[in-house]
Amino acid sequence: MTTLSSAPVPDKALARGRSLWDDARDRLLANRAAMASLFVLVAITLVSIIGPMLSPHPFDKVYRDYVKVPASLSAYPAEDQIQPGFEAVLKRARVTIESFERVGDEVRARVSSRREIDPRITRYFERSDLFVDPQLVDWSADKTAATLTANVNFVHFYFGTDSNGRDMMTRTFIAGRVSLTIGLLATVVAITIGVIYGATSGYLGGRVDQVMMRVVDILYSLPFIFFVIMLVVFFGRNFVLMFIAVGAVEWLDMARIVRGQTLTIKRQEYVQAAEAMGVSDGGILRRHIIPNTLGPVVVYMTLLVPKVILLESFLSFLGLGVQEPMTSWGVLISEGARNMQGAFWMLIFPAIFLTSTLFALNFIGDGLRDALDPKDR
Amino acid sequence: MTETTKTNAPAADAVLDIRGLTVTFTTPTGPIEAVRGVDISVARGETVAIVGESGSGKSQTMMAAMGLLASNGRTGGSVTYEGRDLLKLGTSQLNQVRGRKITMIFQEPMTSLDPLYTIGRQLAEPMVVHGGLSWKAARAKALDLLKLVNIPDPERKIRAYPHEMSGGQRQRVMIAMALANDPDVLIADEPTTALDVTTQAQILELLKELQERLGMAVIFITHDLGIVRQIADRVYVMKSGEMVESGATATIFKTPEQAYTRMLLDAEPTGMKAPVPDRAPILMEAQKVSVEFALETGFFKPPHILRAVDNISFSLRQGQTLGIVGESGSGKSTLGRALLNLLPATGRVVINGRQVSGLSRNEMRPLRKDLQLVFQDPFGSLSPRLTVGQIIGEGLKVHAPELSAADRDRRAAEVLEEVALDPVMRNRYPHEFSGGQRQRIAIARAMVLKPKLMVLDEPTSALDRTVQKQIVDLLRKLQADYGLTYLFISHDLAVVRAMSDTVMVMKSGKVVEAGSVGHIFEAPQEDYTRELMRAAFMTANGLSA
Amino acid sequence: MHRYVLGRLLGAIPTLFLIITLSFFLIRIAPGGPFDLERPLEAKVMENLSKIYHLNEPLWKQYLLYLQSIARLDFGPSFYFRDFSINELFAESLPISMQLGLSALALALVVGGIFGVIAALRQNRGTDYAVMAAATLGVTVPNFVVAPLLTLSLGVWLGWLPVGGWNNGAFVNAVLPVVTLALPQIAVVARLTRGSMIEALRSNHVRTARAYGLTKWLVIVVHALRGAILPVVSYLGPAAAALLTGSVVVETIFGIPGIGRYFVQGALNRDYTLVMGTVVVVACFVILFNLLVDLIYAVLDPRVRYD
Repeated sequence: MTTLSSAPVPDKALARGRSLWDDARDRLLANRAAMASLFVLVAITLVSIIGPMLSPHPFDKVYRDYVKVPASLSAYPAEDQIQPGFEAVLKRARVTIESFERVGDEVRARVSSRREIDPRITRYFERSDLFVDPQLVDWSADKTAATLTANVNFVHFYFGTDSNGRDMMTRTFIAGRVSLTIGLLATVVAITIGVIYGATSGYLGGRVDQVMMRVVDILYSLPFIFFVIMLVVFFGRNFVLMFIAVGAVEWLDMARIVRGQTLTIKRQEYVQAAEAMGVSDGGILRRHIIPNTLGPVVVYMTLLVPKVILLESFLSFLGLGVQEPMTSWGVLISEGARNMQGAFWMLIFPAIFLTSTLFALNFIGDGLRDALDPKDR
Repeated sequence: MTETTKTNAPAADAVLDIRGLTVTFTTPTGPIEAVRGVDISVARGETVAIVGESGSGKSQTMMAAMGLLASNGRTGGSVTYEGRDLLKLGTSQLNQVRGRKITMIFQEPMTSLDPLYTIGRQLAEPMVVHGGLSWKAARAKALDLLKLVNIPDPERKIRAYPHEMSGGQRQRVMIAMALANDPDVLIADEPTTALDVTTQAQILELLKELQERLGMAVIFITHDLGIVRQIADRVYVMKSGEMVESGATATIFKTPEQAYTRMLLDAEPTGMKAPVPDRAPILMEAQKVSVEFALETGFFKPPHILRAVDNISFSLRQGQTLGIVGESGSGKSTLGRALLNLLPATGRVVINGRQVSGLSRNEMRPLRKDLQLVFQDPFGSLSPRLTVGQIIGEGLKVHAPELSAADRDRRAAEVLEEVALDPVMRNRYPHEFSGGQRQRIAIARAMVLKPKLMVLDEPTSALDRTVQKQIVDLLRKLQADYGLTYLFISHDLAVVRAMSDTVMVMKSGKVVEAGSVGHIFEAPQEDYTRELMRAAFMTANGLSA
Repeated sequence: MHRYVLGRLLGAIPTLFLIITLSFFLIRIAPGGPFDLERPLEAKVMENLSKIYHLNEPLWKQYLLYLQSIARLDFGPSFYFRDFSINELFAESLPISMQLGLSALALALVVGGIFGVIAALRQNRGTDYAVMAAATLGVTVPNFVVAPLLTLSLGVWLGWLPVGGWNNGAFVNAVLPVVTLALPQIAVVARLTRGSMIEALRSNHVRTARAYGLTKWLVIVVHALRGAILPVVSYLGPAAAALLTGSVVVETIFGIPGIGRYFVQGALNRDYTLVMGTVVVVACFVILFNLLVDLIYAVLDPRVRYD
């Protein structure tokens, strides 16, 4: 009764009102944690989409010479690798190195052999990741000596490489695409089923509602994770099946939330007022129920995406998720965990990406909840 | 701040003396001054009342004195009790005073007791903490206290949990708790507002009697001037955090000095409705209307049947107002909805010569234009995400689909003017309006369809008295201008008396008594009606007599 | 009360029946079988095995046979661990998983509860923000990331704790798995406790307690905390389910011979009886735990009565 009166006195000059959505948007924009998270999320999404296109390394390209190289800002090969690397290739070509010199990006070596040098020895370089453009010039008259020039192929592995010698950075980006896609698709599946089921149950009410909610209760007591694992194991590791399975598990909460909301709103006097005015079911649903259920649905959706990503990663971690050479953050983390003793970068980078994404999504979800329902704090 | 010159009890013999109290809340949008320099004092054995409408700062004043402000609240000034300034005491020193020498009763009897402990335990706790009693001794004393506040069957109720008691009983328990340590001052913060009128009267009588017997000082916070006149020796009138006027009750009521106080006193709806000529056609006739609810007890068990409305008949002429009164749970709101065919009901309802009972939703739709409903809660009855213009225009969309959006907008503007709101505000959202304004919007939404019958379900109950009066005046004007017929549902007898031609008293779904206003108010026949009248006019007495 | 418990237990039977039926047919209609090994078995051996495991019977008969043996609490012989019955495997692994899970639950309740209360009492101050940020981190960082990181830092680099193995539940071996399993639950419990505690501190009956001069600790512990615990109690059901799921990862990572690890192995090896057995046992466990939680709730909250 005697709480502070905050009833605003409408200002006559200002005819345009501020809707609850406007207020919520302003509160969200003022929430620094949520905005920072949004920035992080957008950055990770962009980098996952565009990154692999810009990266010089295809995500499934194997560099045999760069197996498990550490993450580094400087280019590979390192200075002290160039000569040994070059010598190793020529050793396979069975020629002797007379002299070695390096000019900028170019290496040149005088090579000789007891027999005539086969010009095709340059092909040995095709299998090397260190050098490109090998050429034999300056042949001696008897063809037993020549000068071999090649360009050093400087490449960067900012996140290092994995145990197959694939670029971790590109793989992390590609994995991001997969994880985010599964997260979004499965969430859409879960939200769709959940909203339709919950709204139907809540709006129809009575016996129908009781039966429908009893079904949800039973499904709740099923050990669903185990079912998902069974599904995935027995029906093969399939991208589509994966998000259907995840989506089918996660709709239960949504159904409950939407049902509760619908029941609450149905009892609101403004819905009764609309009924008393003769507004049709469709009109009530469209103008009164849906706009007022939207808030919690949006919040739940934001919080569901990380849950789904987590579940996918969990399955991938157990080796039940996405299949090679495709990858997801869960797969990368599982590989990283196996190799962490010698190559911790294989664990760290995907873990950072996954964690920041989950963190950002959670903060955005919390921010949205605070913005849409300011009572909480 | 207006200092009054009336001879108040001098601060010398005051048991509690509040001087220049300020309360400021820091909020993200800047500080809010809830109380701006208030002086209140109370002497031993005296009852003072603090009156004001919602937001006047009357509760915050006492919360501040007791150290119970929300964590963002800051105080200034002084609150002197036995030579010590309570505002400067630390929590443990303050705890020597509160609950022992100064106790408090709150407005919300449903939530003020801890739901997880028995009544006996909660009553005993302050005695153990302050009086140094053993739990056993405290329990014995708790039993005596329950007897003192007339709790029936105290030996059993001492083991009950709060949820097993009615609102009135819980408030009695709170009073018992307040008296446990023989306090010097009892602060009662709207202790009867959440209660039904008969219970309200009993609680007030109890408080009055106990005060006479025990002689403590009482500070009574209320918005209800009827209660003030009944129990207070002196009155403080507060508005927007400031003290407007203070003085002896009789003086304030007889010769209020300030315009605001006069407005408060005049806020009681007065006058009677002019009768409608007998030749006016009958607009609505109800025969043997009943509503039953099936309470689900379990999935496979047969539901428990509750008769919310039991066999009610009446007829209503055009331009008349039928007042339906009753306490909460009497079925009066259910009846209102059943008559409009918004709930499944049995019986026969004829409106405007057409039988509406048994019609399907689609068959009802064209008739709905003439039948409108206004709700109690102006905060809940407007869709929060639509603008006022959209809310008002929604009915037109259904019943006048030929209108263009511009036409609807024009009609919305017109009807807003009709209910004395600025049409400029039709693009605003409901949350940007005050309670009274929202109720005007709700009335505008009903009026835009030019209905014949309006069911008004407690349209004034959630509003402050002064706002209430404006809404009542508006409803009267609309009725006179458009020949509307009202079904006026309320628990507020004063408003019903001012609005109605005939009155129906309901209890547990049945009609206890029905008749003309004069008959019901001046010469009630049934015991229940008499009890209701006595309770209502014990508090409101004199104001409308 | 007894009738309520009995009713709930009887009500669990259709649920269990549904679970058994669903998982039985799901497994059977899936392609591949338990003996599709890389090196195919000889026809003769195959035939013998099929006979032992009733694989040559029609599916409906296998189903009935399975129901029959389940009714006798016999989960049948394992397909993969051929010398063991499922009951024998569970006799070894279930206590390990229980010990792991219950320790984690206890840790989560105590640590999460304490942090939650502290954050609520220091609402919107530094401590509160720190606890809540840590809690968000705990909820978001998956245990399959935490586990390797903890192993790497405490196990490999610092060498304080063993990297894996169970060693009959020796304390040093249990620390990492229990902590890993408990971390997300600590975070959830802390958030829940904080929220309900803040609400409780603002409630009218706590205001009453303060107005009656009860000491600070009486107000906080007796009047606020007891009510604030209720939402945490109702979370125990979902928490138990989450711990069971989590134990699949944790047992796999730390090489702990609990039922979670058996389940993954069983699924990968098409060990029909092992998978079925795990699902049934886990479901029973979740159902019983939920019942227990509801009973605890009724003890704590007098407004809830099951008669």
